[in-house]
Order: sequence, then structure tokens, then C-alpha cells
Amino acid sequence: MSLIVDQPTDIILSPAKEIKGRSLWQDAWRRFYQNKAAVASFFILLLIGAFVLFVPLFAPFGYAETDWNFMQAAPSIENKHYFGTDSLGRDLLVRTAVGGRISLMVGIAGATVAVLFGTVYGATSGYLGGKVDMIMMRFLEILSAFPFMFFVILLVTIFGRNLILIFVAIGLVSWLDVARIVRGQTLSLKSKEFIEAAHVGGVSGFNIILRHIVPNVLGVVVIYASLLVPTMILFESFLSFLGLGVQEPMTSWGALLQEGSRTMQVAPWQILIPSAFLVITLFCFNFIGDGLRDAFDPKDR
Amino acid sequence: MVTKDFSNTINNNLNDGSNNSLITPPNTLLEVKDLSVQFKTEDGLVTAVNGLNFDLHEGETLGIVGESGSGKSQTAFAIMGLLAKNGHAKGSVRFQGNELLSLSQKALNKIRAEQVAMIFQDPMTSLNPYMKIGDQLAEVLILHKGMNKKDAWAESIRMLDAVKIPEAKKRIGMYPHEFSGGMRQRVMIAMALLCRPKLLIADEPTTALDVTVQAQIMVLLNELKRDFGTTIIMITHDLGVVAGICDRVLVMYAGRTMAYGETEEIFYTPTHPYTIGLLKAIPRLDNEIGKLETIPGSPPNLLDLPAGCPFYERCPHAMDICRDTPPPLEFLPHDRQRACHWHPETETDTSADIHANHQSEIEG
Amino acid sequence: MMTQTSNSSATQPKTPLLKVRDVHTTFNIKQKGTYFWQKPATLKAVNGVSFEIFAGETLGVVGESGCGKSTLARTIVGLIEANSGSILFNEEELVGASKKTMRMKRKDIQMIFQDPLASLNPRMTVGDIIAEPLRTYYPKMKKSEVQSEVREIMKKVGLLPNQINRYPHEFSGGQCQRIGIARALILKPKIIICDEPVSALDVSIQAQVINLLQDIQEEMGLALIFIAHDLSVIKHIADRVLVMYLGNAVELGVNKAVYGNPTHPYTQALMSAVPLPDPIAERNKTIQLLEGDLPSPINPPSGCAFRTRCPLADDECAQIKPVLEGNINHRVACLKNKVDVVS
Repeated sequence: MSLIVDQPTDIILSPAKEIKGRSLWQDAWRRFYQNKAAVASFFILLLIGAFVLFVPLFAPFGYAETDWNFMQAAPSIENKHYFGTDSLGRDLLVRTAVGGRISLMVGIAGATVAVLFGTVYGATSGYLGGKVDMIMMRFLEILSAFPFMFFVILLVTIFGRNLILIFVAIGLVSWLDVARIVRGQTLSLKSKEFIEAAHVGGVSGFNIILRHIVPNVLGVVVIYASLLVPTMILFESFLSFLGLGVQEPMTSWGALLQEGSRTMQVAPWQILIPSAFLVITLFCFNFIGDGLRDAFDPKDR
Repeated sequence: MVTKDFSNTINNNLNDGSNNSLITPPNTLLEVKDLSVQFKTEDGLVTAVNGLNFDLHEGETLGIVGESGSGKSQTAFAIMGLLAKNGHAKGSVRFQGNELLSLSQKALNKIRAEQVAMIFQDPMTSLNPYMKIGDQLAEVLILHKGMNKKDAWAESIRMLDAVKIPEAKKRIGMYPHEFSGGMRQRVMIAMALLCRPKLLIADEPTTALDVTVQAQIMVLLNELKRDFGTTIIMITHDLGVVAGICDRVLVMYAGRTMAYGETEEIFYTPTHPYTIGLLKAIPRLDNEIGKLETIPGSPPNLLDLPAGCPFYERCPHAMDICRDTPPPLEFLPHDRQRACHWHPETETDTSADIHANHQSEIEG
Repeated sequence: MMTQTSNSSATQPKTPLLKVRDVHTTFNIKQKGTYFWQKPATLKAVNGVSFEIFAGETLGVVGESGCGKSTLARTIVGLIEANSGSILFNEEELVGASKKTMRMKRKDIQMIFQDPLASLNPRMTVGDIIAEPLRTYYPKMKKSEVQSEVREIMKKVGLLPNQINRYPHEFSGGQCQRIGIARALILKPKIIICDEPVSALDVSIQAQVINLLQDIQEEMGLALIFIAHDLSVIKHIADRVLVMYLGNAVELGVNKAVYGNPTHPYTQALMSAVPLPDPIAERNKTIQLLEGDLPSPINPPSGCAFRTRCPLADDECAQIKPVLEGNINHRVACLKNKVDVVS
């Protein structure tokens, strides 16, 4: 049998060293790297992350500690309250950092949980199709129609203000959109020929979802996740602003905003500083999300 | 064999730059000289078309044949002024004496549909799914001929009859998705011919259609050619389609002309290794062939073209000069062109095993 | 000159590898404008097709869009359930078989697809794609063994083994198709169903892939079911030919008989419509043009499905549905044109 070769003969004769492939992830990362706004946002986020992690460790004040000498004091360098103090004399710098920990944690963890659960749910529903898909989607729709705020208030009334509760509440809501998106992607993937080829190759349904469907929806999911984080943070802020969030003296950016809003006219730094952090963080996540979307542009497939 | 030397041609001697239409012979519709198209892409400059030369006379049908990356579609887009934003055309494309490449979009719009029309490969995406076909057809007439809606619809119905759509009066009020693929392509053809253009460019019009439907469309095109006197440029990768309808063939590879000439000459006495290879590689209904003789290798990567002939790596007659120097375009008798360093010993040498059945009909 | 396999002679001593008998595959289509309690319309994609294929031979299945050839392929390979009929593979029934049986049979019946790039998972390396069937059926196999098998197969289909870590988008169309072929071959199947494997490839690459398939078939004794709409390709590669129209088999026979003496009016129209790369012959031939459009498969014509476009049709054709009749080398489903019972 003659060897039908796709390459010119001189290449065959050279030693066969394995060529490293260029995966689609690497292509996307290269494109992302060229997006200046996204990369800058990434570094700013890293800075904010460092801030919230390390400031409370090195700050001279505790976040619940009242400084009786400087109640509602403006930011100054001499008294070491670089961001000033709030109406209870607590250092705003430390409180912003600690609040940032909560907000970021809720945002990222909430988004992660939502994404994980939503992806599995959506992929399964889309892949199985038929009656199972219908039931799963109807269940989803019922949940989306749920009057969510009442549910949270109910939970808070029964269980009190609890950080875990916030997670539960937020998590319950946010996975819905992810599931819908993933299901849509799964449906369009299902008819692709490489899925058929996997069937013909005897791959089990579970492995098809794991190996073939999930990696191909991850692109969309990652983009959506990065845009979900700011939503989560905002949502937590909203809950805290309403007084349903974290328990005092623990704080979050939303709680700080709520406190600051009450003293806006006499102590504007109390609202300006946490809101600046919040806004910058949200912007950064949005730029990153946009950058990811451009990087994964399916036009290049 | 004459190598190209512009100063010896009649055109340049008379060309004082003032009135170009004096120089072109009366029945030459399209003159393409040194047409090149380049695209600025993320990965570098891509030359999709590289130095095309041909003349198209009224009533002729030219077939442009090539595989992927050959640049055949981009040639058509360059002529029509439909290149993408990052594309740039150089050279000269003269339509009835007027230079097309330097015209503004506004001037081009006047020429499009009225003088030069185009039909595309996929009729589903060429027609607006939200508009009735009657509206789409009438739009052309209202815009270009200034007709009112009533007259435009009447003329559209007449044109649908001409392209053999049954019950045209009823179907004109329908939407594209209610038509089959073949019907939609007929509607496309009708739309293109509404203003009686002199030149029709068809970009792979039958590739997406079934074989029997393709035959219907080809018969239709032949009839329309005869009835309306339209000049046609047929872009395709199917050599059978070219054999059936084209008077002349231009074989392209990696954006360059490989061979150009009368259809019968190119098919029965091919001299370019690429043409010869193509003709040997296609399975045929009319011959008992043993194993297909393949062209080894893959179509070229336009980002990474070799310094010499783009076909060098796949050519059975490749020589050292082919690797370093691109072959110049030679001009031969009967308005034939070829670009190749290799020359067959005798003209009829390579055709003997391809067309054994038609030896008697080969031109000497 | 390629020799036809001896199976094309009148004597067929062996038992067929695959026996397809009266297979029907229908889909339920929800038509717009109907309520959910109304019965959905049935689309008869495959409407009673029967044929046989022997080891080492190629059956070409040819037909235009809507003829059901792709559905037939997917029914045989098990991607779609047949509604009725029988598919016997080595005397074992596949229609209605349990999942376990189907899984075992998958090793012997493989498939290659039309769109080379779409048939490969863009996120997996070529090596993983080819190895997947092997890992699925032999999970205990050592990684090094799997790797060496993959490299062997890659060499066999004309790919350089050092490309094993590359991704599908880094290859050309023809090379992607080779990857698909390698994946189909790695389990050493007995039949490969090729669903229009060369339609999406350039002309010069088509020939390479066709030659490759023929070489591999000869070497491994594979049976191929080669589906295409291009009659020239089928003529070149098939030992026997099945012509389909609107879900029905209209002509079935050995290559020489079907191409030399096309009997069914549809086959004749199809043959005459193929453009020949021979200017004088092409311009002088008479094409049998078909009138009208393909009827809807949801509401096929009564009797013979082809009668609405057939030049020979009459009242009888509307009442009786023709079946394949003829001799062992050539059968036609037509009431008007018949083949001699004795070849």
C-alpha cells in the first residue's frame, strides 16, 4: 500500500519531534492579552485584592474598634485614619478592607457556585432533552417567577442575619440564567457532528457531557461568570443596604454605603470611599468580561 | 511564445490618457489588467489575487476555476467593488472603457444592478427572509429604473416567468423560505437580470444545489444567455459546469493565473501541470479510470506563500527555478495564457491519456 | 486499473455482513398551526429500504437531498432508532437491540462524517480524539500502548505522528478528514459508513481521500457504505450502487449494471444531469430534465413516490407502490421500466 502523504517528503525524513499544539484557550488568552483595558482591569483587581487581604493584617486599628478621640473624623495622615472614621469612630480604611473581603468573597464564591450548579443543570437538561428537559426547564421557570425578595426577608426573619444565608439566597437566584445559557449552548452543540462521532465511538452519555459538551460551553460560561461577579456584589450591597445583609459589626461595601448615606452631608468620605472601591471593582469586572467575550469570539472558529 | 511587454501593444501606443473609450475594441466589455487584491489581516498582509489579466468580450462566458484560496471569489468582489474594509484592489478593471477601481461607492451603485449584476452561492442568505420576493424584486426596479410599485411588480412577474418559476403571479407574494433551493436561485437570477445588465457574475451559483436542480439552472442560464445576450463570469470549482457553459476558462491557484484560454483548448490540450493534475484527479462518469492520480499536498496557505511558484511543492515537474522565481505570464496564440517554467515536449503529449475518446476532435 | 471485487459476480457464496430488510425510519414533526393535542405529522425519512453488503465490498448510496441517505446511515450505525424492519449484522439483530448489544456492535460499525472540522472536538488534541474510542472500549489499556496505536494509525492514514498534540483547527480540511478516518479505524471495525466524506473537500484533496479509503479497504478487508450525491465519485469507488429517492430505494445493482444500463427514470435523469468535464460531450448531450420540485416527505405521493416528476408515469403508478425487482445483479423499483429477471 503506498503511503499517501499530505506533507512534502523532506519533512518526513527529518526527526519526528512532537509539535506542541496551539489550543483554542491559548489563542483566546493571546487575544485577551492584547486588550489593554481588560489587562489593566485585571491588575487593578489584583491590587484591590491585595488591599482587602493585607490591610486588616497591618492596620493599626481593628475594624470594630472605636477611636474615641476621632469620631466621624475626616481623612488625615497625622492621626493615621487615612480614610477617616465613621460616626462610631471606627477606622474607615480597615472597614473598607474588611468590607471588601466580604463583598468580593460573596461575589466570587456566589458566582462560582452559580456557575458550577447552573452548568451541570443546564448541560444535563439540554443533553437529555425530551421530557426530562421539559420538566427541568419548567422547574427553572417556576423558580425564576418566585418573588425572590420576599423569600429573603422570610429567611432573614426566621434565621436572623447570617452570612451563610446571603450565600444561599444569592446562589438560589443566580444559577438560573447560567443554566439557561448553558442549556442553549448544549442544544446547539448536540447536533454537531463531533458529538455524533462520540456516540458512534461508544462514549457514554456522562462522558459526552463531561468531555465534549462542558469544555465547549466553558467559553460562554467564563464570560458570563465574569459578568456575574459584579451582579453578585451589587446584589449583596443591595441586601446590606436594606439592612438584610451581614451582621454588625462585620461590614460589607453595601453596608458601608448604607451607613455613609446617612451622613452624606456632614461626612461625605464615609460614602465616597466605599462607593469608589465598589464602582472601580465593578468596572474592572465588566472590562474583563468584555475582554473575555472578544477573546472567545466564535467568529474565529 | 510572447512574453508580456506592454509597450508593444496597440493600446499603449494610442493611450494619451484623455479619452479611454477610443482605444478599446467595440465589443470588449471588461478589461482586467494586473489586478491584485490584498487584505490587511491580524496575521499580516494577504495577497488574495496576484496579477490577473484577461479581456471579456460581449456575449462570452468566462469560467474562473480554482480551489479554496485561489482568489476566484475575491476577483469578483474586486470587480463589483464589494471587497471587505480591510481589502484593497490594485491594477485596472475597465468596464466599457470606464475604470471601476477608482469609482466612488455612489458611482458604483449606479453601475451595479444596471450594468453588472452578481448572484451568490447560498440563495438562502442572499434573500431577505423578512421580505416577500416581490418586494425584493420591485425594490431593484424602483431604485434603479425609477418605476412605480405597480409597474415594478408587473415587470418582476414577467421576469419570474422568464426564469421558469411556475405560477409566478401567485408566488411573487411569497417569502423566501417557502421556496426550494433551486427556486430561490432562480429568484436570485431573476433579480440580477431585472435591469438587463451587460455582465452577470455568478459566484458558485449551483454548488449548494442538487445535481438535477443544477442541471435545470445551467440550462436556464444558457437560455438566458441566448435571449438576453448577457455576458457571464462563472466562478466555480466544478470543471463539468465550466465545460458545459463557458467559452473561456481562467484557472487560478493561490491568487495567480495558472492557465487561461478557450475551454476546448484547456480541456483537451492542457499544458499547465495544475490543470493537468486537476483533470486527472477528478472521478468521471464517462471514463473507466483506475486509481485516481492525485495532486499531493494541500492548497496553499496565503499567509505563507513560497518565493517562487505557489504550486511548487505539489508539482510533478518542479524545477529549481520554480522554487525561487514566480513564473511569468506568457501570452500564446488564440488569446491563451500560461504561467509555468516547465514546457511540455509536444502539445498533445499530456492529453492522450485523458481524453482518449476525443482524439479526433482535438484541435491540431 | 482497479479490479472489481469478485463479489460483483452472479454467485454470492458468503453470507452478507450486513442485511438490511425493509427499514422504516420516521420522525414526528410538529407542524405550525396545530395544537398540542393533535397528532404530529410523520416524516418518512426512510421508507422501506432493503439491501445487503458483503465483507470487503463498497456499497455506494446515491441520491439528492431529502432522499434519506443520511438518515439511513445514522439508523444503521445506531444514532437513530429504526421504527420497523430488520438490520442483521453477522446474523445479529440490531433493530430494537439492547443498549449493551449496541455498544458491543459499535466496535465493528464505525462512521466518518461530512464536515471534517465539525466532526472533531475543537478542545481536544488530535491524539486524544483518535484515542477516545480505544480508551472507551479498553479502559485498562496502558497509556503507552494507546499512544503507540494512535501513532500507527496516524501513519496509516498519512498523518505525521509528531502532530499528535495539535488541535483540529491547525489542520486543513483534508487532514481533518484523515483524523476522522483514523478515529474510525482504531477499533479495527468491519464496516465503515462514510457520510459524504469528500463533499466538503477541494477537488485535489478529494482524490487523495478516496484513494486512501480504497487502500485501507483493501488492506483491512473493510466493507464500506459510501454515501454521496456525486455520481462520478460513486462510480469510481463502489462495487454496488443503491439509488434512493424520497426515502425509497429505486435502483440497486452492481456498478456496471447501474451505470451501464440505468433503468429507473430517476437514475436516468440523475446520470444525464451530471456535468462532464468534456466540453464537446457536455454541450451535445441531452439532459433529461425533471419537472417540478421534490414532494414533501411528510405527504409523499401515493403509489410510486417519483410519479409526480416521472415522464412515464400513469394512473397505475398512483395506485401501486413499486418494489425492487429484477435479477441478482440489478434490481429496479418501477412499474414501467423493468430489468430482465435473468441477467
